[in-house]
Amino acid sequence: MPTFVYMTRCDGCGHCVDICPSDIMHIDKTYRRAYNIEPNMCWECYSCVKACPQNAIDARGYADFAPLGHSVRTLREEAKGTISWRLKFRDGREKNFESPIRTTPWGSIKGPAEYDAPRAEDLASQALAHEPDSLKIAGGLPTLTPNRMKRRVA
Amino acid sequence: MLAINPFAALSATIPPAVMQAYVVAMFVLVAAGTLFDIVHKGSARYFFDHWRRSKGRARNGLGGGELASIAVQTAVVDVLASGEFCSARRRVAHLLTMYGFLLYVVSTVVMVFSRSTSDIWPHLWWLGGVMVCVGGYWFWFFIRADVAAEGNSPLRLMRADLFVVSLLASVTLGLIWALLQLNGGGGAMVFFALYILATTVLFGSVPWSKFAHMFFKPAAAFEKRVSSANGTRANLPGPADKPEQFGSARTAPRHY
Repeated sequence: MPTFVYMTRCDGCGHCVDICPSDIMHIDKTYRRAYNIEPNMCWECYSCVKACPQNAIDARGYADFAPLGHSVRTLREEAKGTISWRLKFRDGREKNFESPIRTTPWGSIKGPAEYDAPRAEDLASQALAHEPDSLKIAGGLPTLTPNRMKRRVA
Repeated sequence: MLAINPFAALSATIPPAVMQAYVVAMFVLVAAGTLFDIVHKGSARYFFDHWRRSKGRARNGLGGGELASIAVQTAVVDVLASGEFCSARRRVAHLLTMYGFLLYVVSTVVMVFSRSTSDIWPHLWWLGGVMVCVGGYWFWFFIRADVAAEGNSPLRLMRADLFVVSLLASVTLGLIWALLQLNGGGGAMVFFALYILATTVLFGSVPWSKFAHMFFKPAAAFEKRVSSANGTRANLPGPADKPEQFGSARTAPRHY
């Protein structure tokens, strides 16, 4: 089920517009608040739900893990590096989860713009962007030797 | 020049009673428009329904003292300091516009209704007007989400702009009219007519503009603080039990 916006919480900052991978979070022309312009195209990635600084965006969870009458809400705390989840079921049960936003340190992954621009000869190569460095095979391609296989397979 | 009451100079052309009646009419329009807005959209009914549901699910009962404390926090942090904004630029622009508008309206009322010769009110009127223009035009050209995040032209108009456009038009035309009148330049009455037109649109368009946000936003901020204090938190999870060890990687939405 797609995302929806609590209008009194939204302050129209545009973070959800910026982050939505489907480009379907837009600013309403009447009240300048965010809204989902095409709910059919929302794949419930929760990017906008987590990015909203006002926690003004909600999404109904998939029926397989949270049947009707439930609530699934998330809280992203950047300073702590955590995403917390709270699931409330219609029978009153509640589940709380907490997971890291990422498993690598902040700033340890280079963005595409931080790599050198490809040279003309790179474009003719079969290697993909940032290869072979990104493959981490400086010592050569890994070789599968029989002693690393299970018995009776080799 | 800035110490002269522009409405006193105008009284040679327009009787003070007419000006006073116009100011009263604008207050009536705002009150009536806000009431119509509340009834038409059902915002008050939604607010109190939500309030009752939240109270019914509360994990911690809140006493009168705690509610009073939350009301004071809402007034000081969320209303007087615009604490709900996550962006510092938006917050500064909003504070400039909000306090500028208050100064502008209060000094206008004082100068229209009293025959005070005090220099302070004309100075406050000019200061308020300039603050509205600085905050408003900054917001209009650089901060608006549909310009900064959606990549639309800053000159593109839509209904959501009714409040900001009429506010900026009213204040800008009012300042131009006052300048022309004080310098004896021609065209002062043309700008005065445009100033009255923009002001009437500003205060008369409450049901269609976001003017009423100055009434419902504080109520929403209060409800948000109460739901946090009583444990419902609008079903949001509680803060993670982890130390703060990272900075913010959030960037302003200007990627278009």
